[in-house]
Amino acid sequence: MRTAHTLVAALVLMVGAAHADTVQVAVAANFAGPVKQIAADFEQATGHKTVVSTGATGKFYAQIVNGAPFDVLLSADDKTPAKLEQEGHAQAGTRFTYAIGRLVLWSPKPGVVDGEGAVLKTGDFRHLSLANPKVAPYGQAAVETLQAQGTYDRLSPRFVLGENIAQAHQFVASGNAELGFVALSQVTKDGKITEGSAWVVPLSMHAPIRQDAAVLAKGKDNPAAAAFLDFLKGDKAKAVIRSFGYDLP
Amino acid sequence: MSFSAADLTAVGLTLRLAGLTTVLLLLVGTPLAWWLARTRSPAKGAVGAVVALPLVLPPTVLGFYLLVTLGPNGPLGKLTTALGLGTLPFTFPGLVVASVLYSLPFVVQPLTNAFAAIPERMLEAAATLRAGPLDAFFHVAVPLARPGFLTAMVLGFAHTVGEFGVVLMIGGNIPNQTRVISVQIYDHVEALEYAEAHWLAGGMLLFSFLVLLALYTINPPGKRGL
Repeated sequence: MRTAHTLVAALVLMVGAAHADTVQVAVAANFAGPVKQIAADFEQATGHKTVVSTGATGKFYAQIVNGAPFDVLLSADDKTPAKLEQEGHAQAGTRFTYAIGRLVLWSPKPGVVDGEGAVLKTGDFRHLSLANPKVAPYGQAAVETLQAQGTYDRLSPRFVLGENIAQAHQFVASGNAELGFVALSQVTKDGKITEGSAWVVPLSMHAPIRQDAAVLAKGKDNPAAAAFLDFLKGDKAKAVIRSFGYDLP
Repeated sequence: MSFSAADLTAVGLTLRLAGLTTVLLLLVGTPLAWWLARTRSPAKGAVGAVVALPLVLPPTVLGFYLLVTLGPNGPLGKLTTALGLGTLPFTFPGLVVASVLYSLPFVVQPLTNAFAAIPERMLEAAATLRAGPLDAFFHVAVPLARPGFLTAMVLGFAHTVGEFGVVLMIGGNIPNQTRVISVQIYDHVEALEYAEAHWLAGGMLLFSFLVLLALYTINPPGKRGL
């Protein structure tokens, strides 16, 4: 009798394991903080497993086109997922905006950045860090902001470019650049900026950073991929996303 | 389709960096290699190991420590700031410092092997002919170690041209300052400019092959100094 129970228990476990799938998620560097929390919640809620890779959206695009094993992309922009869908690398009808990014001018030191970004016009600094505008949406937004402010030409010789927004943040956080344009999510916890001084760039100064997600061709038959995006649309994930300073559509 | 102005700037910058690094490495590496080849000091093993470290360490380790120590909060960064030089990350001199460390074993090891292969009696003979130590070094040791010098220069130069990880971490991708060829290729690939990437990447492949071909033709492998 006892053996029969054990057998049943073992079978139940095996069946359970068969239903748990693994979703491989490529995530834009700015979303590294929130996705950690969301992935943990998702695993707990569904029993599926996640494997998260963070990096530059442009690099992920090249990797996906060349056969990278990702099921889902959480992009830093809306162009890349649209392009992937058009080219057949992403599943049609799965795209949606999961967050709207906010750009912030930030220094780890208090009193360096004022609430209007006037430091860009008058400040005495050697290096201004931003993500490479050629490949990173946050870098592009930073350039648009400087152009709107009329400081681009004067400041461009002081640019140091991070390979992605994580490196742009690291250059500033390590003190090697005095200030830089980073994602609000990188310096925010529970809705508050954690340290230093910051100017949250008004949305009027750059094109909105609409961050879209999509199921990729590789994740078409993976139930965990669709489940992950469903979870991302849910209230629990939305609360996490908001707490990192993102807007929601 | 061919090289853009930005590509050529990167090429020029890379050649400047590799050239300056090679000169500095010969100045630093020659006495160091001589010492390593001749000394009986118990510190020999430790110094040799430190020199060889860049061969086995990931560039991220070197890049990380350089960023931290040369930055405004690091000990060397405080020193350079106090000397009025500012901090070195994101500058050409910073890349030179990094490259000298990174390519050190490629210069010191061939020189050490070449010096070690010089028979002691040659130097003793020079001494009996009243050559001073410096005289003996320049007129006996250096000519005998010529293949070692050639290998050291070529590998030091080529290895610096091929540097990527360290530059990515402390360079900041600044045109004509820190955007070397390898970073420019990376940018092209990231931006999906594959045609541009092919020009530079193919050029690098050809350059590296020709350099090594020349070296191995003049200094066949297995001969002294390699």
